[in-house]
Formats: sequence, structure tokens, C-alpha cells
Amino acid sequence: MTEPSAPQVHGVRRRVARFFARHPRAALGAQLSAPGGWLLIIYIGSLAALILTSLFRLVDDPTGLVTKLDTSIGFGNFDRVISQPVYRAVALRTLGAAATVTVIDAVIALPLAFYMGKVASQRARRMLVVAVTLPLWAGYLVKGYAWRALLDPGGGAFQEVFGHSLGFGYASSIVVLAYLWFPFMVIPLYAGFDRLPDSLLEASTDLGAKAGRTFVSVVVPQIVPSLVAGSIFTFSLTLGDFYMNRIVGGTTEFIGNIVYRQFSVDLPFAAAYAVIPIVIMVGLLLAVRRTGALDEL
Amino acid sequence: MKRIVKLIAVFATLVVVLIACGSSSSSSPKSSGTSSGSGSGKLSILAWPGYAENGSTSKDTDWVTPFEKQSGCNTTVKTFGTSDEAFQLFNTGQYDVVSASGDSSLRSVANGDAAVIDTAKVTTYADLADFLKAKAWNSVDGKIYGVPHGWGANLLMYNETAVTPAPTSWGAVFEANSPYKGKVTAYDSPIYIADAALYLSKTKADLGITNPYSLDEEQFSAAVELLKQQKPNIGEYWSDYLKEQEGFTKGSLVLGTTWQVITNGVKADTASPPVNAIIPSEGSTAWSDSWMVSTKSKNVDCAYKWINWITSPSVQAQVAEYFGEAPANLKACTETSDKDFCTTYHAEDKAFYDQLAFWTTPTAKCLDGRSDVTCKAYKDWTAAWDEIKGS
Repeated sequence: MTEPSAPQVHGVRRRVARFFARHPRAALGAQLSAPGGWLLIIYIGSLAALILTSLFRLVDDPTGLVTKLDTSIGFGNFDRVISQPVYRAVALRTLGAAATVTVIDAVIALPLAFYMGKVASQRARRMLVVAVTLPLWAGYLVKGYAWRALLDPGGGAFQEVFGHSLGFGYASSIVVLAYLWFPFMVIPLYAGFDRLPDSLLEASTDLGAKAGRTFVSVVVPQIVPSLVAGSIFTFSLTLGDFYMNRIVGGTTEFIGNIVYRQFSVDLPFAAAYAVIPIVIMVGLLLAVRRTGALDEL
Repeated sequence: MKRIVKLIAVFATLVVVLIACGSSSSSSPKSSGTSSGSGSGKLSILAWPGYAENGSTSKDTDWVTPFEKQSGCNTTVKTFGTSDEAFQLFNTGQYDVVSASGDSSLRSVANGDAAVIDTAKVTTYADLADFLKAKAWNSVDGKIYGVPHGWGANLLMYNETAVTPAPTSWGAVFEANSPYKGKVTAYDSPIYIADAALYLSKTKADLGITNPYSLDEEQFSAAVELLKQQKPNIGEYWSDYLKEQEGFTKGSLVLGTTWQVITNGVKADTASPPVNAIIPSEGSTAWSDSWMVSTKSKNVDCAYKWINWITSPSVQAQVAEYFGEAPANLKACTETSDKDFCTTYHAEDKAFYDQLAFWTTPTAKCLDGRSDVTCKAYKDWTAAWDEIKGS
């Protein structure tokens, strides 16, 4: 009985192999199905679940103690997000922090990345890359609490050494987040400068341009895509951050803090509020698509 | 570009390796339970930090391992930071027992997560203080849903060097032009609105607040306004008690609501400034915690074994002294290492207990018996807390 089945299995295998050999696109599809499925189910799926949840709402049951999920679709949660001043204020505060962090990082990273990419020796260049990326090896919480120890108004390092500390608050959150996301700005900029041909700079000098003019007219246009790429990192990472507020932010709250508090009480509302940064990021990505920055990511 | 990709790949590999190392090392203390005990029972405990210590915080603080040995129930402990978290986690059905405070217990009952307790199976039940049993936060319609664990008041702590004169009223944390601006703290939970309401019930009689957990529209907005006025004075809110302890020890916080356990921690630190904790003239809000059993529990035997263990005199004495709360089992009072412990914590003092406003879940149906108005439900309290903290 077993004898006829063996060649049959063999035959199936051969037939499958022949099929894929004749249809290379199908072969590619089959090979990509696992990672593709992961992307679709885990990544897009969770995003879809989030958006779907944001359209549901909670209704009080007669006891007033528990709430039941009403899965009829509606925009009540978004209405609340938009109409209540506090949620607008928190969203604007988060946006403000994201923009400020991005500007701080860009201002510090530009000259550093220029030096790394164009001026420094190979050896110094390598050392600097290590130095810039080294903080990435320490955990988020480790760095956060280290900063807490520095900023503590009750005897932190700044207080002891300089007699003054920022203390815990909005400004501290921005400073620490700017520190945390700094490597994400430097690395794309460094890659951008590295790629910028020296001949362009030389040509600019030969044509009589001073350093400032060369920078504005030659370097900046070439580097904008890298700058935008770095900004996407620093901006989006800040937009989604909430825990640094708990460590050094004092009473400051970002979008994430509200989402964290609401998710165990009013999940649909938390989901709706979490959609806000997603919308902002999608809008931003669409806007920068034309700069070619997305190729830099 | 290629370099970045390579760099990212290296990092990603490292992260994966680190996660793998991390998870294998963190899972080892859990598996220690399997070696002890003769039975095959299992138990999953959801508790406030400090209630079910298994030696992971401090090696000498461990009453879970002896329980495992005695009962044969392999036990895992999950701690939660807030009552909202407790409610949400207990709702998953993954935990057999929970140490619930009044601001989550009734929600769990109404949601069908908490089972009726068979008090006949709780061998210690008769020894627990009568004034803790069958209260509004651990029973519904005469059915018992929670076995009392312990209780304590939300005290007012202040730095004795920095805060002069010594405060006697909650007004110290609520006054608009506080000299301690930026160094005041408050409990980071919607239930803290009740602290403002309690203060208003004594200072603004025309609002007619009789129960700080039962607030109509006008009373509620008065309490919320008071907290908005307080916010600029707050340095940091706390829900993690170590955070408040650190603040008072280092001096970045000098005034605010606290638990006895935090005060003990600050006092134990020789480097910290002198602090004192009082019940102000208006009285205090307070918590009274109860052990509840999940309706989805498959380990009911172990659950009751745990409740009997944690409410037994010697274990109660350990928990109460470690956490800094009044034990529910009064027989524990003879077993505490500090013989005055129960007096300090007023464990047997019913009159003291009665003047406290214990955490309970606010509902739309007013808890104080008024039927002509609707009260603000817990969901409204959470929304208001957003408004206070986000402003």
C-alpha cells in the first residue's frame, strides 16, 4: 500500500517545483508571504484595530459602575478630542515639544555632522561616530533617571555645581528628549555630508564664493533630504513619548500620558486620542515625500 | 546609506540578543516556585506593591515562599500601580486573587469579575475586625465579595524644617499663593478629587458635601476648580510611592499627601530632612483593602489558602509593619515586632476608623442617598483628572 503513495508525494513536490520555476513571480510571492503576512497582520492589523476602536464608544450600564462597549460606528470620541480645550492644549504642547526637540537637534547636529563628514580625519571620524551612537547602548530608563539625578532641584548635580537647575518640567522634558534622539539626527546628516562630493565645494570656492555662501547655496540644498530624514526621527519619537514626563517632566503631560491614563477606563477614547499623532505623522510624511527625504530613511 | 543599514542590522541583532538574555534571567525567579511545595496547585496573585512580597524586593521580606512551602501552591505575583490598573488586569481573568481598594472593588463586582466569598472557608474571618467586614466597598446587597486585609489613612506629610508653621489643615496643599510653590505633591489618580471634596465639605458648607465620593455637578466642579488652582504649586504628582519618598528625602518636595509607609521610608533614611505626617483637622480620605477571588479562577482552593495565609496573625503582622498600615486581623497586634504598632496605627480604634472617608467607586446614583440629582461617575472623574493635569 505504501509503495504507490511515495512516488505520488514525489510527484506533488516536483509539480510544485515546476510551477514555481515557470512562474517566478509566484515564487517571489510565496517567499515574501511570511514577512508580508507579518506586516499585514501585526503591523497594519494593529493599526486598523486602533482606528476601529476609536470609532466605538462606551455606554454606562444602569449601575453606573461598569461601562459596556457599544460597537456602533461614530465620531463622538473625535468630537470630544477636538471640542475640549484640554485635549487641544495637550496635543499642541506635544507638537511644540516635538518641533523644539527637532530644532535643537538640527542646530547642534549640523556643524557636528559637517565636521564628521567633511573635515575630520578617518580616525577622528570613526571615533565621533562611536561617540555619537554610544548613548544608544544605554537603556531609555537608565538615561532618563541619570538626567533626573542631574536635574533634581533638591540637590541634583546641576543644583550642586551651578547653583541652579531647570528642575522638573516642560523644559527639562524637551532637553532630555533632545539628548535622547540626538543620534537619530546626526547619523543621517553625517551620511549626507559624507556623500557630498568635495569637488562641489572646491568648485564653489574656485568661483569665488566665501564659506557662508558655499554653505547656503551648495551644502544646504544637498543636505536638506538628510535633514528632513533626521527630523522625521526626532519629531516622531518625541510625539510618541510620554514616559520622560514621568521622570523629568514634573506635572507636564503629553498625548501619551492622556492615552496611558484613559486606556484602562475609556479605551475607545484613548484610541481616538492615539490616532492624533498618527494623523500628524502621516500628514508630515506626505508633505516631505517630495523632498526625497524618504529615500534617506 | 549602506553603512546605516549595516549599523541598524547590528543594533537589531544586539537588541534581540539582549532581550533573549533579559527574558531568560527574569523568568528564573518565577520558576523558583516549582521546586518548593508538594502539591500541584497554582496561584496567581495581583497585589499592591508590598502586599505579596516574595523576596524579590528585599531578601528578608518574603511571606510568599513560606506560603508556597506550606500550601503547595506555586505562586506568581503581579503588582499594580493604580486601582485603574488593578481593575483592568483583574478583568483579564488571568489572576486568581487581587488586593482591591474601594475605588476598584465595586467595579470588579459589577463587571462580574469578583466571586462571592464563602466566609466559612476563610478560617480567620472571625478574627478580622468587625468594623471592616461587609462594608460598602467589599460587599454588595449583603453578599461578601472581599476579605479585609488592612487599612490606612492618606496623611499630610511635611518637611519640618522647610514648612513653618506646621500645617494643621489640608488648606496647606490647596492654598492659591503657596509659599511652597513647586514643592507640593499630590496623589496621581482621579480618586484624589475626593481629597479636594473632603476639604470643601469642611470649609465651604454651602456646597453641602456630605460624602466626598458622591458629588453632584456643582460640588464636583468646585472640587475640580480647587485642584486646578493647586496644580501650579505641584512639583510632581506621585503614584509610585518610591518617587514621593525620593522627593522628600532629597528635598524637592516638602508638603503633600502621603501614606504611612512612605513617611517611614523617609524617616528611616538618615540623610533626609525631618518629616512629620498628620491627619489634618478636616479628617482624611483613606483606603481599606480587601482580597477578592476571580470568578474565572481555576485555582479556588489555592486562592482560599492564600487568603487564610495572608490574613493569619503572624503574616498580617509582617505585612502591616512592612507596608505601614493597620492590620485587619487584630490578633496580629500581639505579633508585631513593635509592640505599640497597633496603637500607632489605630488598628483597634473604631472611632478613628469611622471618621475616615474610605476610597469607594463614585457612581451616577449618588452614594449619599440623594435621589433628586445624579452624581458624577468614575468615568467623569477620570475625564476631569485629564482636565486638571493636562491644563
